[in-house]
Amino acid sequence: MSNKLLELQNLKTSFRIEDKYYAAVDDVSITVNKNEVLGIVGESGSGKSALAFSVMGLHNRAKIEGNIVFKGKNIANSKPSHLNKIRGDAMAMIFQDPLTALNPLMKIGDQIAETLILHRPNMSNKERTEHVIELLNMVGIPRPVYVYEQFPHELSGGMRQRVVIAIAIANRPELLIADEPTTALDVTIQAQILDLIRTLKNEMHAGIILITHDLGVVAEMADRVAVMYAGQIVEIADVHTLFEKSKHPYTRSLLNSVPAEGQDKLHVIQGIVPGLKNLPRKGCRFSHRIPWVDPSHHEENPELHEVAPGHFVRCTCYKHFYFPDETKEVHIHGNPRG
Amino acid sequence: MWKFVVRRLLITFPQLILLSLIIFLMAQAMPGDALTGLVDPNLSFEAKEELREKLGLNAPWHVKYAEWVSGVVQGDFGESFRFKMPVTELLEQRLWNSFLLGVMTLVFTYVIAIPLGIISGRYNDTILDSSITGYTYIGFATPLFIFALIMLFVFGYQLQWFPTSGSVAPGLQPGSMEYILSKFNHLLLPALSMALIQTVSTVQYLRSEIVDTKQREFVITARAKGASESRVYNKHILRNSLLPIAAFFGYEISFLITGTLFVEQIFAYPGMGLLFLESINLRDYSVVNAVVLLFGAAAIFGALLSDIILSIVDPRIRIK
Repeated sequence: MSNKLLELQNLKTSFRIEDKYYAAVDDVSITVNKNEVLGIVGESGSGKSALAFSVMGLHNRAKIEGNIVFKGKNIANSKPSHLNKIRGDAMAMIFQDPLTALNPLMKIGDQIAETLILHRPNMSNKERTEHVIELLNMVGIPRPVYVYEQFPHELSGGMRQRVVIAIAIANRPELLIADEPTTALDVTIQAQILDLIRTLKNEMHAGIILITHDLGVVAEMADRVAVMYAGQIVEIADVHTLFEKSKHPYTRSLLNSVPAEGQDKLHVIQGIVPGLKNLPRKGCRFSHRIPWVDPSHHEENPELHEVAPGHFVRCTCYKHFYFPDETKEVHIHGNPRG
Repeated sequence: MWKFVVRRLLITFPQLILLSLIIFLMAQAMPGDALTGLVDPNLSFEAKEELREKLGLNAPWHVKYAEWVSGVVQGDFGESFRFKMPVTELLEQRLWNSFLLGVMTLVFTYVIAIPLGIISGRYNDTILDSSITGYTYIGFATPLFIFALIMLFVFGYQLQWFPTSGSVAPGLQPGSMEYILSKFNHLLLPALSMALIQTVSTVQYLRSEIVDTKQREFVITARAKGASESRVYNKHILRNSLLPIAAFFGYEISFLITGTLFVEQIFAYPGMGLLFLESINLRDYSVVNAVVLLFGAAAIFGALLSDIILSIVDPRIRIK
């Protein structure tokens, strides 16, 4: 069997707004290999979470087109009963907000035990409790026997995120999707959680999809990076290439908006990601945020071009992209987040 | 948790004292006193004053209040001037009847509300949900006294499925099987009339709670664990949605009291509500006081009960 764990083939996830479907994830094709961290970056609203939810089959009323090939089988649009055998077992997810991701009325231990009950029904109660306590230990929760009996509101955000992670890794998943696992946490806890995810990856050799808008996290954790904009992948490359030889205007703008030491001016990308309804469906989707680039440089129907082995860039406008001087006049206000 | 229950219990005492004070002062403010109805109206003013002085009716209000309360604590609500018997004795029969009616109504209320609320919330915006919601709107719009009359007319007089008045058929031996069945039979129609109307708020409450809880993130976590839809509903959504219903339970008791006022009158069911209305009409103040005090106390204990139930089901409420 090949090294491929997950392969998305032309995945398109659309939501209905007033009787019309709009694609939040548009023609995404990526692969995740075993023992690899694929970072997915992009602004809010670029479709990162929609992508993750599509893979897990967690969208309620979405139209999913294309293939989601997991371990050689297409699981796109499969029955919930079939998905339920995979979810929480071979494929698991870490959620963004640990404060809301846990059931407020269930003991911590029981919430972790539930995923074991579902996927390992033959486990005895004693074994299960022991395993839960071992998991709590693994994710670095002190006094696991005591925490087992506690309720979510009695734990801090960092501790709750550890519990969410414990739930995700309970059955040693082969694919772990981490949807902005550190966004809701403060910086010191962020580092601890990232360390934890890295340790788990090294121990379990799982494939990990790490979704984030934090380029620092990507640089630290990812092997390969896909940059998403308005539902599309605009650039995909290994992490070194992406940070050193990025091509797409959006990637370069993102990298340029990270404050560096000794810098007193910050690049700001003009405008915002357009909403699902107003998304330009033709031409380069990033074009209206770089209006100084001549329209003729954009492709009419932008596609991913392989500019170097394993390095893909959408649209040809990157060849003509430059940073205009005036954007450098924007001063840093307050304390921008890296 | 016990600490919480004890603390919550302690709070009810000042509530009860305040309640008794308000009732007492309102009774004082009403025209006439216990004497007015008892003595010959032809008695001279001076003679009445003398009697008043003797009976302690001219004492300052706090002295009279203390006397009344000490009586109440010992179970002595005074004498009913209409029935010429101690109020306590009078209440005993009525209280039992109203209690049975209340329990029966609550049982019906929840037996109707919980399945309807769950179906409506789980399959929201389907035809099933629309018809249930439609019923709740009709229920909201229908006054209980009209609905009870219609029920009485249709099932009592036209179809003759149920007895139309009283709490038990006459001539039966208390404690016998026939007696119990007859009691039950007399309860059904009034309880059902009240429940069908009062349940609608609980149905709507449960529905909106389920619709709300459905969209919370821990539900997604549960699905991501691989839990089936029915497990997600039974283990995660339902329990979280039932919390406010538990909180609502106490108020349900207050509604129940209001309900019994109408329903007991319409079905001529000899309970507290009917006694209350009759006593007001006949200015039987000692009975009115006692009934209002018991209604008030029932509402306070209802709230207490809700809080205790809530502390059992919601770990966040327990105080360490």
